[in-house]
Parts: sequence; structure tokens; C-alpha cells
Amino acid sequence: MTWKQLFTSSIGKKLVMGFTGVFLILFLVVHVGVNACIWANDGGTMFNKAAHFMEATVVIRILEVGLFAGIILHLVQGITLEIQNRKKRSIGYHVPMGNRGSKWYSRSMGLLGTLILLFLIVHIKHFWLPNRLGGLANIHEIGFISYNGKAYHNLYGEMLVVFQSLAVVIVYVLGCISLAYHLMHGFYSAFRTLGLHNPRYVRIVHATGTAFSIIVPLAFAMMPISIYMGWIS
Amino acid sequence: MEHYTMNLTLKVWKQKNQNTRGHFETYQVKDISSEMSFLEMFDVLNERLIEENREPIAFDHDCREGICGMCSMYINGRPHGPWHGTTTCQLHMRAFKDGDTIVVEPWRANAFPVIKDLMVDRGAFDRIIQAGGYISVNTGSAADANAIPVEKEKADQAFTAAACIGCGACVAACKNSSAMLFVSAKVAQLALLPQGAPEKKSRVLDMIDQMDKEGFGSCTMTGACEAVCPKEISVDNIARLNEQYLSAVLTIDK
Ligand code: SF4
Ligand code: FES
Repeated sequence: MTWKQLFTSSIGKKLVMGFTGVFLILFLVVHVGVNACIWANDGGTMFNKAAHFMEATVVIRILEVGLFAGIILHLVQGITLEIQNRKKRSIGYHVPMGNRGSKWYSRSMGLLGTLILLFLIVHIKHFWLPNRLGGLANIHEIGFISYNGKAYHNLYGEMLVVFQSLAVVIVYVLGCISLAYHLMHGFYSAFRTLGLHNPRYVRIVHATGTAFSIIVPLAFAMMPISIYMGWIS
Repeated sequence: MEHYTMNLTLKVWKQKNQNTRGHFETYQVKDISSEMSFLEMFDVLNERLIEENREPIAFDHDCREGICGMCSMYINGRPHGPWHGTTTCQLHMRAFKDGDTIVVEPWRANAFPVIKDLMVDRGAFDRIIQAGGYISVNTGSAADANAIPVEKEKADQAFTAAACIGCGACVAACKNSSAMLFVSAKVAQLALLPQGAPEKKSRVLDMIDQMDKEGFGSCTMTGACEAVCPKEISVDNIARLNEQYLSAVLTIDK
């Protein structure tokens, strides 16, 4: 048994998907938590400070590298899996089985993942890139804001600007819907791949997974919507 | 249930051998009894084809009582047809009504090449079993069957997994042509018992290695296998297999 075998065997590939999947789920928890601060209705003060905390310490910076590594691993392994699995049946069925026996989204993880990736490209371009490369100030006048004499990136201001466009809001909502269905299968499936078989825990994971897949993407989707609709000041 | 007869249109996959391309052929069958089994309906058709000097349809079958796993037919878009937990040989014609069109295809997976018409070569399953789906026991006088205590619940679970008849419907149903439900049943039936413990790690590694070599896909947990398995093998076994694989891979002393 070698390390290479571990990563290239059929189960090994799934283990990589499972581990990175759980890691990305943990990231979503942090991300949604920080972003929820916009609803504090304090003109973005709490959110900007929370976002600042997320960029100010070296620990978070290291985790960020891990996050990108996780996304890339998940992506490369996911694409490999999809391509290899499709090659296992050269002649398809005349009458497909369709939804008898499996949910459409469990069979469409590759498609949903691709939609999420497309969304991520737009999303990173909107927020992460300008923020990290210091481009915020150049793009808009609202680049920095100061609280008690200390300068903070005005990410909240950036959000207000970006989400003025209906097209952008729609893209974000579609991204969240893709994420919801991806999670609906991925959350549960990841734990199964990692070997969870005790019925008691399977039930808990199933329930948690379903709740998570609805609540988190819904919270994300409500952010652009509530800014566009002017529900927060 | 009331007896009735029916006339049906059958669209059946015909393929001369592994190296030729196949096609669908349409047959009309008349006066089929609702009490016939699906295979008996094929027998009636084949008798007629032989009388007409036409080539009969080749299909696999042996026990015709749901225990050998030979009768592989993908009927109207579902392995083993419309009934839950039933093999093709145990499917009865009362599942259909007069005037129905039934499409019958062989299992589709590159790991199961078509030998002829509806017969596929499932030798890949045998080779997976040969790779590790056994326990090694010394020959000689038989050991006392009850020498090793087994917890009742574990014994029941092992027995449920052992019900797998190796029919291959799980592979046929899976969008990835994955054999994980079959392999997981064969691993679980031994892993749950104390007799299976000594070869625990090598078994799972060798069987998965062989499974990959045979060209089955990676499991993505869609659950289609469980839905069509005539023996209702649970995907819990796949999770158990994953756990065994993970711990074997991390702790094997090689
Ligand atoms: S697991 Fe079920 S469907 Fe798969 S080979 Fe065994 S009996 Fe057939
Ligand atoms: S012929 Fe044996 S299971 Fe159907």
C-alpha cells in the first residue's frame, strides 16, 4: 500500500472529496457567521470589524491558503471522478432510470459544482481580489472607513455598491441555489464516504445536513436581496 | 388477484457477440397469462421463434427462484423490472397490462461485457471475491461451530449482508457503474463476524484493488443501487466498507 494508491483508488478519491468537503462546510459556517453581521443594522460597523478580524491575523491567512488548497483539491478530484465515472458505461440505456431510486441532485454533483465554481469566480472578483490586492480604494471612493481613528477596509460599502445591480443579485441567488442542492447531497454523502454507518449518527447527520443545506444558502441569498431591496440601512 | 391474458410489444436488445454492435428488435407476444413469470413469457416467445426457425433470444437464468442472481434484465428502465426487492425471475406478468410495450436491455457497464443479447459476463464479480472475499481456514476435522461466540445482532446483520446474490443490478443501476454495494455486502458479511477479523485489512484492500482493476466506477452515494437490489442490501454496508478501507489504508504495516 502506498500513499499514491490511497489517493488514486476509487475510495481514496472519494475520501479526498469527503475530507475537503467537510473542511469547506466548516468554512461556510465561518463565512455565513461573519456576513450575518450586516444585519446588525449599524451601517456596517460590526461587519467591517468582523471582516477586518478575518484578514488581520496570520492564523487566518494560513487558513486561507488551506482554504484555496481545499477548493482546488476538491475541484480537481471532483472533475477527475466525473470524467472517469462517465467512462465506465460506453453504451447507455435506451430507457434511463431517471429519478427512480436516486435524487436528481445526487446525480448532478458535477454540474452543481461547476455552477458554484462559476459563481465563485464572479464572487472572488467582486470582493476577495479588490480587498486583498488593495484595489478597493481604486474602484470606488468608499475604499476605507475609519472607526475611532483606525482605518478599516469598507467591505460593507463595497457590498452596497455591488448589490445595486439586479443582474448581480440574480447571479448570487442562483449561486446559492446551486450550493443548497450541492450541500443537500454532499453533506450527508461526505460523512458516509468517511465511514459513518451507525444508524443513530446517520440520522443526526441526515437531519443536520438537510437543515444546513437550507439555512446557510438561504442566509447567503438573503444578503444581496436585503441590500438590493433596501431592507438594511 | 384475478387472472387475465394480455398482448404485448417487446423491444429487446439483440447482439450477436461481444465484438458486434447490437440493436433493438421488436416482437409481438399474444395471450400471455398474468400468472406467468417474466422469464416464462420469454420462454413462450423463444418457443415460437424456434418453431419459426428464427434465432431465440439469449438470456441468463438458473434457479428461477430468486437465489442464484443469474437473471439479469433491465426492464423498462429498471434493473429486474418494476417490483421492489424482486429478481427478474420472480417478477410476474401481472405487473403489466394488455397493450403494454416492454423494453428489455442487458446490464450496461463496461465491466460487464455483453456476451450475447441479454447475457453479460459478470466474471468481474468472481475475481473480486477471489481477491479476498473469503476467510482462510485449515482443512482437517471440522471445528465446533459454536466455539467462537457471536452476538446475535451481529450475526443477523452479517446474514442480511450475506443475502447478496451477486446479480449485478447495483452496477446496472448506478450512474457510475460502481460495484460498491456488491463489494460492501461481501466485505460486511465477514467483517461483522469474529472469523473475518484476522484478514480484515488485506481483504478490503485487495477487493477494492481488484474492483478498480475490473473497471467499475467510484461510488457517489446516489442510492440507486439500494433501490433496485432484489435482496434489499443497504447502503449502510458501503459506509461500513469505507470505514474499513480508511482504517486499513492508514494502519496496514506495508
Ligand atoms: S448487492 Fe444486491 S443488487 Fe448488488 S449484486 Fe448483491 S443482490 Fe445484486
Ligand atoms: S434465475 Fe436465479 S435469481 Fe433469477
